[in-house]
Amino acid sequence: MRLSRPGLARERTLGLALLLPSLVVFGMFLFWPLVRTFQLSTTGQDLFGRANRSVGLANFRSVLHDPEFGRVLGVTAGYVLLTVLPSILLALVLALLLQHPLAGLRILRSAFAMPFAYSVAAASVVFAALFNPAIGIANYLVTSLGFAPVNWLTSPGTALLTIAITTVWMSLGYNMLVLLAGIGGVDEQLYEAARLDGAGTVRIAWSITVPLITPTLFFLIVVDTITALQSFGQIHLLTRGGPTGHTTTLVYWIYHTAFADGATDYGTGSAQAIVLLAVVVAVTAIQFGVLERKVFYR
Amino acid sequence: MRSGNRVGRWVRVAALVLLALVVLFPVYYTVVGSVMGPGDIASAPPSLFPHRLTFDNYRGVLHAIPLQRQYLNSILVALAITVSQLVCAVLSAYAFAFLAVPLKRTFFALFLLTLMVPWEAIIIPNFLFMADHQLRNTYLALILPFLAGGFGTFLLRQSFRTFPVELRDAATLDGAGHGRFLWQILLPLSRPALASVAIFVFLSAWNQFFWPLLVTDSPKRQTLQIGLSSLNDAEQANPGLILAGVSMALIPTALLVAFGQRFLVRGLTAGAVR
Repeated sequence: MRLSRPGLARERTLGLALLLPSLVVFGMFLFWPLVRTFQLSTTGQDLFGRANRSVGLANFRSVLHDPEFGRVLGVTAGYVLLTVLPSILLALVLALLLQHPLAGLRILRSAFAMPFAYSVAAASVVFAALFNPAIGIANYLVTSLGFAPVNWLTSPGTALLTIAITTVWMSLGYNMLVLLAGIGGVDEQLYEAARLDGAGTVRIAWSITVPLITPTLFFLIVVDTITALQSFGQIHLLTRGGPTGHTTTLVYWIYHTAFADGATDYGTGSAQAIVLLAVVVAVTAIQFGVLERKVFYR
Repeated sequence: MRSGNRVGRWVRVAALVLLALVVLFPVYYTVVGSVMGPGDIASAPPSLFPHRLTFDNYRGVLHAIPLQRQYLNSILVALAITVSQLVCAVLSAYAFAFLAVPLKRTFFALFLLTLMVPWEAIIIPNFLFMADHQLRNTYLALILPFLAGGFGTFLLRQSFRTFPVELRDAATLDGAGHGRFLWQILLPLSRPALASVAIFVFLSAWNQFFWPLLVTDSPKRQTLQIGLSSLNDAEQANPGLILAGVSMALIPTALLVAFGQRFLVRGLTAGAVR
């Protein structure tokens, strides 16, 4: 032991002191609110949103028996399915095409990363213009192909899809950058060996690159799913959860219950928040359990 | 073999060009649409090239929302969050990497837990805290909850742990205490990791939407992102104006993505590559 006793005691105190600033912030704005969310979920409130009585599990009962609950879960699942895998697959194609930048096309890497510069608000308002039923480019393409114009964001059949397209585009830059980093870590010698064996470009990509970057793909699936479960901005900006709830995900449901249009039902909102928390934890656990077994670690 | 390669190369270029046209079209539309007059952008069929360059949209957007003020708000808030998270992360990562802290594993687990709790699930009590303390429409409300973050601590701890032990021992033998070692040796040598954390935190702070929407309702106290949202609500018929606002909001983030990519990737993959 290099340190003398008083020296060790000083070091331990210093260590705690250095953790303190972060711990205070986490305590005030993360851990305590987490406890408060559980507390609030068992309280009712007056018209002004002040918690005034304990209601036990009544909020949870009303959430679970709410006819909207099933649809909200369905919309949330649909949104995750329509965004996570399509975006990762598209980004994978881009990353594989870009892994050895061709002469003069190096700039494409930066260009394809540009969607990452768009905030959720920026991307959403641009896509709102693109999908504008009267003057948007999307309907121009649709009508020039001979189809009837589509009310992208106001018809139940296309609203969620349109939000998903916006999200896929937004997350493309991030996913591609992460995949390129993963691909960059693959040992060049493996490519050489495969090429000597006569493997073509596609074969090499599928049989060498993809299996070797499964940890990266797994990381993206987990992170993107959690991000999708937490999406708010694109829904708020593009549809406000409509038409008639067809794009109301769990997070948007919380907003709708607790905040939208002067709502103050914090008790029910908190019960919904705990459902969200449970879903995020469950989905992450399942992904670790199922997917990680298929991941190839060197 | 050779000719097969050449064909493959052309297929690759063709695929890339095609994908570039699709993926980059919204970027093109953002910039070009912002300098189009209403006759161009709202015409049927929509024109893809401006027939006449105009900067009216940029003038117009300044009247539609208090854009300069919101820009300033966004910069102040994002910078304050970035600086504070950097300082907190450096301190706690130093403790985790170099010091004997009691209950170290428990504390580290707590820090990791902060990365797993979805902010949306605890947003109600946080909102009530701001409302109860009359902090709505203040910078404090926008900044306080994000003064520290688990991500920076996590990334810097990883980086600090790879710091050569010999260098550290040499510094200790020279009589450098923790402060001098941290400030004069460790931090200068950890610049890439610090840049990753700074860029990453700045981007997420700059792009925040749900929280600022909840705690601000007076336009002059709002951030640029909320400004874009009001612009979108009020100016549906005037896409050029909205696109001018988006173009201006994109400047800092586009610069970071273009020039900070090296650092960005390091931050993005902190958890991906083992």
